[in-house]
Amino acid sequence: MGRYILKRLWHGIIVILGVTVIVFTVTRMIGDPVKLMLPLEATVEQRAVFEKQLGLDRPIPIQFVEFLGDMARFDFGDSLWQHRPAMEIVFERMPYTLGLSFAAIGLAVLLAVPLGIVAALRPGGVSDRSTVFFSLLGLSIPQFWLGLLLIVVFAVNLHWLPTSGAATPTHMLLPAITLALPALARIVMIVRSSMIDELNRQYVKTAFAKGLPVARVVGLHALRNAGLPVVTLVGWELIRAVAGYSVVVETVFAWPGLGMTAMQAIDREDLILLQAIVFTVAILVVLINILMDAAYTVIDPRLKLS
Amino acid sequence: MNNTEPFTETMLAGRWRERGQRIRELGREIRRDKSGLAGFIMIALLVAMAVAAPLLAPHDPAAQDLRSRLTPPAWTEKGTPAHFLGTDHLGRDVLSRVIYGSRVSLVVGAAVVLLAGGFGVLMGLLAGYLGGRMDSFVMRWIDTQVAFPGLLLALIILAVVGPSMLTVIVVLALNGWMVYGRMTRGAVLAVRQTEYVEAAEMVGCTSSRIIFRHILPNLTSPLLTLAILEFARIVLAEAALSFLGLGIQPPATSWGLDVANGKDYIFRAWWLVTMPGIAISLTVLAVNLLASWLRLISDPQEREKQFARHMAARDRRAAKRSANAPREKEAAV
Repeated sequence: MGRYILKRLWHGIIVILGVTVIVFTVTRMIGDPVKLMLPLEATVEQRAVFEKQLGLDRPIPIQFVEFLGDMARFDFGDSLWQHRPAMEIVFERMPYTLGLSFAAIGLAVLLAVPLGIVAALRPGGVSDRSTVFFSLLGLSIPQFWLGLLLIVVFAVNLHWLPTSGAATPTHMLLPAITLALPALARIVMIVRSSMIDELNRQYVKTAFAKGLPVARVVGLHALRNAGLPVVTLVGWELIRAVAGYSVVVETVFAWPGLGMTAMQAIDREDLILLQAIVFTVAILVVLINILMDAAYTVIDPRLKLS
Repeated sequence: MNNTEPFTETMLAGRWRERGQRIRELGREIRRDKSGLAGFIMIALLVAMAVAAPLLAPHDPAAQDLRSRLTPPAWTEKGTPAHFLGTDHLGRDVLSRVIYGSRVSLVVGAAVVLLAGGFGVLMGLLAGYLGGRMDSFVMRWIDTQVAFPGLLLALIILAVVGPSMLTVIVVLALNGWMVYGRMTRGAVLAVRQTEYVEAAEMVGCTSSRIIFRHILPNLTSPLLTLAILEFARIVLAEAALSFLGLGIQPPATSWGLDVANGKDYIFRAWWLVTMPGIAISLTVLAVNLLASWLRLISDPQEREKQFARHMAARDRRAAKRSANAPREKEAAV
């Protein structure tokens, strides 16, 4: 088990390295970071001074090695926008994104598992077909649009919920619902198909023949065995929520997490902050992956990895 | 040696007839599955709309008419039939923008699928067929890239390089080729074990013949389903990128861009956000329905399952009816 975790950590390090190489290449070599970071009227001399300051006048390999060293110390320099260490900003905003993502995926799982089970109990029936259809619908609606619609309906017209920001816990409700919906749809589909397969197996029929209560057979035995693909998908959805969809949802709802910060950094061309954010997100993704792998061994003891 | 000619002709004629039969069967299948049919019709209409956009759109989508800015749709009080879905804050006709926006979504979707799919399938073939070091190299590359925060990297690349349709296509393709690679490699490995491929190798078929004649045909139906699903995902991704301002840029029209523009007027002019959003949702829904149907007909196991469920549901309904019927008779007596 320990060796497996080490292997995954090693894989994670390679991933983080790969991500930073890309960010480094894109920002230093393809883009012109100095042009982006300095005001338009900067003279040639000011450019030269700035370059020297950032170490951009040195050859690329040396820059890269320095960059790696900085990265290992979590030091990306000061954000060009807020003039304080970029990682400080990242650490401030990180809990918002993590909180929102976990809440959203948690909500999705909480709703999806019962829905999927109910659909699987009577396959081909009304609840099954409508579940599948609404899942497809949920997958098809763009999240930014859904967020805007929810804002209009619930916050503006009905005045039930606040429109944006993160001041109170109720502020998290709409963004969490928006983030949760596509994940909900996908998890329902996979719970349903796994459970249908599981409920057709011999041991389930034996259990029913023995006279075990339906709830016990379905909820305890079948669900646990059907759980593995579901956990895989839940982990995948969590990663997509943290690393991807949060950007859109946080922007729509002005939720001060890493996603919205990334967009703000892009608007202000603050490449330092961007590098810090991407680095942090890559680490988060690796950690979530490892967490999910550990969860597998809990769910299916046969998978004790050696 | 002359008698081989009519034989080949019969073979070819037979193959064409077989294809005709298969197409007719497909037609029958899709008529039977109503949601698949709905999806197919919607997509056909969408493609027709995109192709015939200059003929269909009542106005130039970029034409501004500041006198008629923020006109509501025709069926509301202040609407006019001239602008059926209303106008935006610059007086541009929403219906025309929706029609022209379909072009962008379809082009980007198709281009990314072709680019990512082409590269992914190639990599998968190399990995699966050549095996050994190539295989582990490609798989490790895929495993690493899959763990990247794709959207964030896409945003950064687009921000630095500058957004445009071409860069959006390239970035989305770079992000999305891995799934094709994994699937292709799996299919290649599965087929390589079979005896007919082994026989072909022994007989002395060249690698390319084996790949094209034996391996690729097994790949087409799962690849097609995957491509269609990916197409749906790409349409949503392009809309999101354009919404964030890092996708299609004005004066080009994109549904995501229109939603972003309409966001500022969401309280005064609800139609600006609603119309492009409905367009995106219907498009993606249609593609998803088509993909579901395709998966159903191409996998015999899935077909069996659906048939069994259909029968089981019918039996349940019949059982319920007969359980109610005797009670009614008693009440009547």
